Parts: sequence; C-alpha cells; structure tokens
Amino acid sequence: MIGFASYAFFFLTTALSYAIICLGLNLQWGQTGLFNVGVAGFVGIGAYASALLTTPATDAHLMGWGLPIAAGWLGAMLVSGTASALIGFATLRLRSDYLAITTFGVAVTIHLIALNAQRLTGGPYGIAFIPRPFNEVADRPLLFNGLNLALVAALTFVLYIASERLVRSPWGRVLRAIREDERAAASLGKSPSLYRLQAFALGGAVMGLGGALQAHFIGFIAPDNYLSSLTFLVWTMLIIGGSGNNRGAILGGVLVWALWSASGVAIGAIVPAEQQARAAALKIVAVGVFLALALLLRPRGLIGERTVVSRHLDE
Amino acid sequence: MSAALAVTDLVAGYDPGVPIVNGASLTVAAGEIVAVLGPNGAGKSTLIKAIAGVTPVQSGSVFLGEEDITRLPAHRMVRHGLAFVPQTENIFTGLSVEDNLLLAAGILKPTERAGRIAEIYRFFPDLARQRRLAAGRLSGGQRQMAAIARALIVAPRVLMLDEPSAGLSPKLVEGVFARLAEIRAHGVAIVLVEQNARAALAIADRGLILVEGRERHEGRASELWGDPRVAELYLGGVRA
Amino acid sequence: MNLQFLADGILTGAMIGLGAIGVTLTYSILRFANFAHGEFIAWGAYLALGVASASGWLVAGAAIPIGPLSFGWGLVLALLIAMPLTGLLALALDWALFARLRDKASSITVVMASFGASMALRNLLEFLFTSRPAYFSRELQIAIRLGWGVRVTADQLALVALTAILVISLNLVLSRTQIGRSMRAVSENRALARVAGVDVDHVVRVTWLIGGALACASGVMIGLVVQIRPFMGFDMLLPLFAAAILGGIGSIPGALMGGLVVGIAEALSAATVGAEWRAAAAFVLLIGILLIRPAGLFGARE
Ligand SMILES: Nc1ncnc2c1ncn2[C@@H]1O[C@H](COP(=O)(O)OP(=O)(O)OP(=O)(O)O)[C@@H](O)[C@H]1O
Ligand SMILES: [Mg+2]
Repeated sequence: MIGFASYAFFFLTTALSYAIICLGLNLQWGQTGLFNVGVAGFVGIGAYASALLTTPATDAHLMGWGLPIAAGWLGAMLVSGTASALIGFATLRLRSDYLAITTFGVAVTIHLIALNAQRLTGGPYGIAFIPRPFNEVADRPLLFNGLNLALVAALTFVLYIASERLVRSPWGRVLRAIREDERAAASLGKSPSLYRLQAFALGGAVMGLGGALQAHFIGFIAPDNYLSSLTFLVWTMLIIGGSGNNRGAILGGVLVWALWSASGVAIGAIVPAEQQARAAALKIVAVGVFLALALLLRPRGLIGERTVVSRHLDE
Repeated sequence: MSAALAVTDLVAGYDPGVPIVNGASLTVAAGEIVAVLGPNGAGKSTLIKAIAGVTPVQSGSVFLGEEDITRLPAHRMVRHGLAFVPQTENIFTGLSVEDNLLLAAGILKPTERAGRIAEIYRFFPDLARQRRLAAGRLSGGQRQMAAIARALIVAPRVLMLDEPSAGLSPKLVEGVFARLAEIRAHGVAIVLVEQNARAALAIADRGLILVEGRERHEGRASELWGDPRVAELYLGGVRA
Repeated sequence: MNLQFLADGILTGAMIGLGAIGVTLTYSILRFANFAHGEFIAWGAYLALGVASASGWLVAGAAIPIGPLSFGWGLVLALLIAMPLTGLLALALDWALFARLRDKASSITVVMASFGASMALRNLLEFLFTSRPAYFSRELQIAIRLGWGVRVTADQLALVALTAILVISLNLVLSRTQIGRSMRAVSENRALARVAGVDVDHVVRVTWLIGGALACASGVMIGLVVQIRPFMGFDMLLPLFAAAILGGIGSIPGALMGGLVVGIAEALSAATVGAEWRAAAAFVLLIGILLIRPAGLFGARE
C-alpha cells in the first residue's frame, strides 16, 4: 500500500512537471497562436542550465557551481527565456511557419550541443548527481515522493494562477486579439510583434522551468531525453487537454502522461524483450494518429477555450 | 430571345447567415452592357463574385442561356462561357503576358490555343509587343487590358468586370471602355460594376443600382443618368 | 586545403536539393511547411528497397552491377517504380489528413498535423524494419581521382547526373507546359487561378506527386551513398527547410541552389569543425538567412 502511494506520488510529480511545460506551451500557442516545434529544445536548455548551475564541481563537465536548487531553477528560466527571446526576435516578424521551422532547428541543435559539446554538457553520458529536493529524506520513499509532489503541485498551482491572471489582464486580451486579427489589433496601436515576443519568451521560460524540475527530480539527464518525441508528447497533451485553456493544459498533461506511462508499463510486461523497441515505435505511431484524429475531430480539446474571441477587444 | 445571363433572387455572402447580397436579380442579353452601380460596400463585388462562383451562393439561381450554373465551382464557370475580371489582383504578375494568356487558354482544345491568342493579340496590339514581359511590370492601363484579354481568351458569352476603371486616368478609362464597346459589338453580354457612374452609364444600355445587397433602381442607362433621385441618393458626388 | 569537401558537398547538396524542391512546391502551392516531407524521403528509400529486393528475387542478374556502378538495373527499375509510389503516399496523406484540415483550420494547424504525421510515419518504419540500417548494395567501389585531391565514385557521378536530369526536366515542365503554368499561377494567386479556369484540386494532386517522387529519388540517393534508416528523412528535414528558404520559397532552381549551399556548408563544417557538427550548419544558415534576407538568396518575392 505504501509502495503504491509512493508510486502514485512519483507518477503525479512527473505528470505535473509535464503540466508545467504545457502551461508554458499554452502561453505560446493557446493564447498567442505561436507554433513551437522545439519544445524539447527549450525544456532541455532549462534542464541543462539548472544542472550545470547546481551540480558539485566535477571533471565530467564544465561549471558545476554547486548553487542552491532554487538558483538553478531561476537560472533555467532565465536562460530558456533568453533563448526564446532571441529566436523570437529572429522569426516572429516573419510568416508563422518560419517560427515552426526555426524552433525545430533549435531542438535539433540543442540536442547536437548536448551530445557533442562534451566539455560543457558531459556529452552522451549526460549529467549525473543533480541535487534532488529533499534529498535528506531520500531513504524514506513515501515522505520523499510526497514532499516532492507537494513542491511541484505548489509550483503548478502558482503558475496556473499566474497564467490565469495574465490571460485576464489587459495584456492577455491584447494577445488573443492579435491571434485572432492581427491587423485590427495593430490598428489599435498595439505592436503585435512585441506582444508576441513577450509571450514567446515567457512561455519558453516556463518550459525551461519544467525541464529543470524534471532534471532535479530524477537527478540525471542525458541528451536523448530531449528528442522530438518529447515535443510531440507535450503537444498531444495540450491539444487533448484543450489549447487556450490553462486547466485544460494541466488536465491534458496528467491524462496523456498517465496513458503514456501505462502503455509503457503494459509493453514492458507483455512484449518480449527483443521486440520492445518495436512496440515503443508502435506506441508513438498510435500517439501520432491520435493527435491527427484530435485535430480533425475535436480541435478544441477536452476543455476548449471558454470566452468568445471577438469580444476580447471591447471588454 | 432568352437572356445570356439571368440571375434571380440571389442571396450570397462570406459567412453563413450573414447575407451581403440579399435577393438581387439581373438579366443581360447578348450584345448588351448592364452597369451595376451603387455606393461603397453595397455588395457589388460580392454579387459578381457570387455569380462567378468565387463567393458561396446561399440561395437563388444563375442561368447562362438555358443552363443552370448556380454553385458551379469557379473554374467550371469559365468552361460554360462566363468570364470574370476581378477588381484587384486580376493578373498573374509573376507570369509573362503570354503565359497569362496561355494559362487561360488551357480550357480550349490544344489546336485552337495559338490561333485564339493570335486573335487576341490583334485586338490588343500593345500586349503583343509586350508578350515576354512579366505582367507585373505592365503599366496600370496595360495591366487592365491584359486582365481583360485573359478573360476574353475563352471567347466567353458573358464577360463580367469589377471596376475596370479604378486607378486609371480619364484617358485610359476612355480606352478601356472603347474596347468594351467593341467586345459588345461581337455579341458578348457584359456586366460592368463601376464606381465611375458617368463613364459606365455612357456606354451601358441599362443600369442597375444596388443598395444594401438589393437592386433599388433599374432602368435604361440614359434615364438613370437623368433621374435626380438616383443621382442624389446613390451616385453621390460622382456626378459632380 | 583539400577540395574533397566540395565534391562531398555537391553530392549532399544534390540530395538536399531534390528534397527541398518538394518542400518549396508544397509550401508555395499549399501554403504550409510540411514536416512530413522528410518521411517521404525515408519511405521512398524503403519502397525502392522493397522493389529492388523483389526484382533480385524474381530475376537473376537484376542485382549485378552495371559497369563501374555498385548497383544493377534492379535498382534503376526500383527507382522508377518507387517514385510514383511515394507520390501516391503523399497523395494519400493529403487525402486522409491535410485536405480535411485545409478548408476549415488555420494553416498552422496543418503544419501541426504534418508534424504528427511525420512522427507516425517515421515510427511506423521503425516498427516495420527496426532501426537497423539497410543497404541497396554491398559492393565496394573504387574511387576515381579527379585531381586536387578530389576522389569520387562512379555512383556519386551518376547520382549528380540524375539530379541534374530531374531538375532540368522539372524546370521545363514548370516553364513550358500547361500544368506547370497552372502550378505557378496557383502559387501566386489561388483565387484568380480558379477564375482563370484552373482546377486547383488537380494542381494540388500533381504537386504532391512531384514532391513525393523527388523525395523518393533523394531517399534512394542517400540509401546508396550512406545507408537506409527510419530516421534518414527526419535528419534531412532541417537542411531541406534551410535550402528551401535560402533559395526563396517557390523557386525550383532556388531550392537546388539552396541545397548545394547547405550541402557544401555541411561538408565544409565537417572538414573543419568536425563531422559531428555538420547538422548545425543548416541551422546557422537558416538563422542567418532569416535575419538578413528572409525572402531568400535567389527569391524575388516573399
Ligand atoms: N472577403 C470578405 N469577407 C468578409 N466580408 C467581406 C469580404 N469582402 C467584402 N466583404 C464585406 O461585404 C460587404 C460588401 O462588400 P463588396 O466588396 O461587395 O462591396 P462593393 O459594393 O463592391 O464596394 P466597393 O465599391 O468598395 O468595391 C462589405 O461590408 C464588406 O465589408
Ligand atoms: Mg467592389
């Protein structure tokens, strides 16, 4: 029983860390209509930044400044947010697909750096000994997982409230107005690219934080954690949950993570060892088909956006 | 004689439930020019776009001679002999003049294409001289001629033009309208949407004034031009 | 400095260029960046592999190398059959997914759907064939010395020639034929094309067929000089986009030139910085062109 509760805590902690990444993506896509195909890259930037700031000094990679975990998280948001701002600056004034292409390139390049800049990132071996919150009680799994869950849940809650306030603020209304009708918004004297840039950077910072949380929770990161299948998973979470809706983003994160890990467990139990890579591939095919079907049949997700868009401007 | 084009109680618009054209009717006989006039935003463009199959028709009917062509997709309309010159962006600027004409000739039999294009060049000698030029580099007047030439390639029974005089100097407008008169003389039925009421009514046989998506006045061109109610209400400052 | 990188770059550039032509065509005619295009490359290679193995089975001698080349006429036949098949695959994907979204959703939703489709298609290959690489031929080839330290194989020369033939024929089709004019017209102004009597749906179908067929050719080339893997198309995606944007969206010669630029940049960075960094070259070029000249080096319009 205790084992189960402990596992449930562990599961929820991971699920909520995805929910946080979804909240970041929702800020970019749901609220602003910016299509980021490099989620894995920005999550990876956050994870690596925080790991490099907080790990103890080592020969395996550069930095290792041994800073407190909170400093690592702040650093993750800062680096990820800055990277997003730079990418946004280069592409947001162009056609929307160019942002998609460029962010895709970011993810590919970040993976390449993680893999090959061995001096900085530890290369294919990744970074180990990332300090875990509440490590002092790591020998008591229930307490340890419970405390971690409480921490991530609190962060999720804070981010949710902050996102909701942002959405309802004049700033959020302008964002959605721009998403729906850029010219009309521009004619009211709002600079669409500036607003988009802010949303994109903020969303990137939140994703970076999500990545950092995961890194510290697991205690170990490697380049292959940040492949396009991660991007894909997060997108599926947001689309299933309902883009444009922060509660939908959280719900989608938890729900899709549950399905994803349950099918992983099922494959591990049923499929013979030598066929597991194949079964994992089939699992991704299923998610791909699922995402396509969701786009075709239920583009608004489980919880769609509630407000009527055309009212945003005259509120 | 049956009309070349007969439009009855047409309702059309861009979003379902929001009709812009609201029950308009219109007939044009072969060799006749009908001017469609009206204030800005009256739905003139929407009316001919709906006839041409570009904008969805919600109800009503469009007959080309005896054929019901209501709701045919735009590219099928041309095959039935209905040609349309849009108000703006009515020529492919990246294609040469000749490619513009060849493109439109695509629905003719391959053996007929060259002959038809030669005929069009005889009618528009200026274009023949500039056949290799990218259409985007033509002057405003030439561009309008090229757009009309493109529409004429298929030897249409009905030609619809949306404000062919827009942006042209009075002299060029005269040139364009002179061409329209010649085209009419070949038996083509012409629907002419215009802001420039004076020039349009000068060559039109009949006129129709559209207000809020419905015809408010209809009559012989000369009578409309003389009617003070029409002038004051719908032609606005144009007449002055 | 050794000029070998130039020869390598031109070969890689030819493969990128063929793929980028498909990307640029779909982008300019269907108005979206197709993230599934890389999968047409991989599927094309596997389809050709299937046909080539079948022909080797059915007819003895199909796999016997032609002259100095490493492959037999079985692969030539396989290419000719797999190209239209890959075109049909692209058409099927459009029918099942993109066409349904095109009319009712925003263009960026179609981009997202293509991203999902690419994941599904790629992993389906991995499911069917595992991630173990496959090869068209295991024949070893003797390189020919061209001087200045440049060595090329007969296969490589044949592939560059194939690219030239494909690109020149496509350019002739676009500039001289009715379907080519229609494609250019739809890419410039879809509504006016309809008014001018162009059947846009037909143009869209032809675009997918051409894009898919060229992607297949690119995949066969990669399979011949490198190897066949489920991820081979995905790894090409960034270079494809970089080449298409570099060349100016909608421009066929531009896409090929862009491909050559990216290919040579990749080879150069492999020769100087290290082979493991070659994939970053496309990204650097992409960012550079977007900052400096987003309409592309060779493109006239945005
Ligand atoms: N593509 C469109 N989508 C939605 N509404 C449109 C569109 N085009 C025009 N409208 C609306 O339809 C109405 C009629 O427009 P239309 O262009 O038919 O008028 P018009 O009589 O041709 O005016 P003008 O003289 O300015 O050309 C206008 O209120 C306009 O805002
Ligand atoms: Mg108009």
